[in-house]
Amino acid sequence: MSYELSKGLALREVFGRTVTELAETDQRVVVLDGDVGSSTKGDIFEKIHPARYLQMGIAEQNMLSVAAGLATTGLIPYISTFTAFAVVRPLDQIRVSIAQTRANVKITPSYAGMFTGSTGMSHIILDDLGLMRGLPNMVVIAPADDMEAAAALRWSAQYEGPVYIRLIRDATDRIFPEGFGFSLGPVVPIADGSDITVFSTSTQTPRSFAAVRILAGRGISAKLVHVPTIKPIDVAGIVNAAAETGRVFTVEEGAVVGGLGGAVAEVLSEHLPTRVTRLGLDDVYVASGSNAALLDVYGLSGQRVADQIESALLRG
Amino acid sequence: MADFMTALYFNVLDIRPSEPDWPDRDRIVLSKGHSSIGLYAVMAHRGYLPLEELRTFDSIHTRLQGHPEMTRLPGIDMSTGSLGQGISAAMGMALGAKLLDKSFHAFAIVGDGECQEGQVWECAMAAARYPLSNFIVIVDHNKLQQFGWLKEIGPDGTRFPFPPEDDGELVRKWTAFGWRVLEMDGHDMADILRVLDEALTPGDDQRPVCIVAHTVKGKGVSYMEGDYRWHAQVLTAELAAQAFADLGEPGLAAATLERSDK
Repeated sequence: MSYELSKGLALREVFGRTVTELAETDQRVVVLDGDVGSSTKGDIFEKIHPARYLQMGIAEQNMLSVAAGLATTGLIPYISTFTAFAVVRPLDQIRVSIAQTRANVKITPSYAGMFTGSTGMSHIILDDLGLMRGLPNMVVIAPADDMEAAAALRWSAQYEGPVYIRLIRDATDRIFPEGFGFSLGPVVPIADGSDITVFSTSTQTPRSFAAVRILAGRGISAKLVHVPTIKPIDVAGIVNAAAETGRVFTVEEGAVVGGLGGAVAEVLSEHLPTRVTRLGLDDVYVASGSNAALLDVYGLSGQRVADQIESALLRG
Repeated sequence: MADFMTALYFNVLDIRPSEPDWPDRDRIVLSKGHSSIGLYAVMAHRGYLPLEELRTFDSIHTRLQGHPEMTRLPGIDMSTGSLGQGISAAMGMALGAKLLDKSFHAFAIVGDGECQEGQVWECAMAAARYPLSNFIVIVDHNKLQQFGWLKEIGPDGTRFPFPPEDDGELVRKWTAFGWRVLEMDGHDMADILRVLDEALTPGDDQRPVCIVAHTVKGKGVSYMEGDYRWHAQVLTAELAAQAFADLGEPGLAAATLERSDK
């Protein structure tokens, strides 16, 4: 299969549309909002299904535990708020009320990563993948684009148990075709290559795709593997790809500590010791800036990823 | 707490111990999960588990964990232990009943010390904005917490703890948050049943209900009553026998000493 980039919908928009669509046929679907529905696009759901849109106000700890209680009655709550206030502020509520009880709650906030509409450091959450994958019983999904996000959201309604889906505020490139499906676990090979393997996740994957094309022009043959499921991680998929090339890079628009970089390093050091270079945000708090400027400064545009990989290879 | 838990399980809750997952059952969440042993005893007498199983409390692989765990013991509607969370989960259950057009109630048992958790007041704020007359919170107002603040009184410098909530404070707070607030003597069975019955009769405004239950920690046990140090302690056989004797159970007192001799 060959892939091309095109303009995609913002994943928050996909959230609003997909939960609305799910609720048409599934009476169990409800949305809990922490007073930001107009930002997360939960308001799309609110217009069509007002009785199943539960405004919880600016009180996220209560909201996550209420979701656990709702789930015990057979309903499927989806959480609408900013990622920072859905996975960090109520982390203990997720641990005790949701993860330990295996509650059928879908944690689907927008605004993961750096693109938070110039809100600044307090709203920029980079370690969501690390925090969520540290919780036993939690499924962690990081879709690459609007097509995969819609598929993952639809899948989540059929899965019984807690799920975190990483969603991004702003429009990013689409890489997957119309009707692309989601299955829990397997990595998704995007481009073949023989010199190195690049593992990428979330909406960084379309940018990583641009990077491997640039690298091809510079004579570096890079295999690109998208990792949509961070937990449970696809051990065999990661080991097999790394075995074919040796030398591995991970790229993510998030914290490399505990994120995809951490997960891949754990897998490979245990099963197939391989040199891994982790690209992403490394032990920093990121502040406001335009999306283009943030990607440039932190080395995550297609161009900058290609440059970073090339110079790392030159250094040996 | 044992008195109103007994009233709830034997006279008030619409439950089926032989079918603990019955979808239309009333829900009950012990938000103050550290009182689990009291819950397990009532549940055992109500038929959820064999009385003998109470001896497994807190031991390896037991269903009777230090704090209640729904994944292990059928009949527990929500795992608790991290204070402030159970009340919110119970609110979710009450909301679920409304959304599913069912008539069950959701009870939450909250400690007065637990009311120091911000989440309790997040829940109080949010619940009052829904017509949740099927949501009934009972605050076990025993006026003690594990350690708390100490204040000096008396010429000899003897120090006593401040209560977690002052007299009347809980009623004022829950009322201010928009709840229908009732008070009961948590050790007077007639009063408990009367107030619970009143709570189950919704007012026209459909507001959630908070019952402030006035209780005495260690009620009826001579050396324990009102002493915060008994928040978490293990009894010797002699102290257990003394407690049974104080509670008017000389047979159990004798049996306890006899067992400890063996």
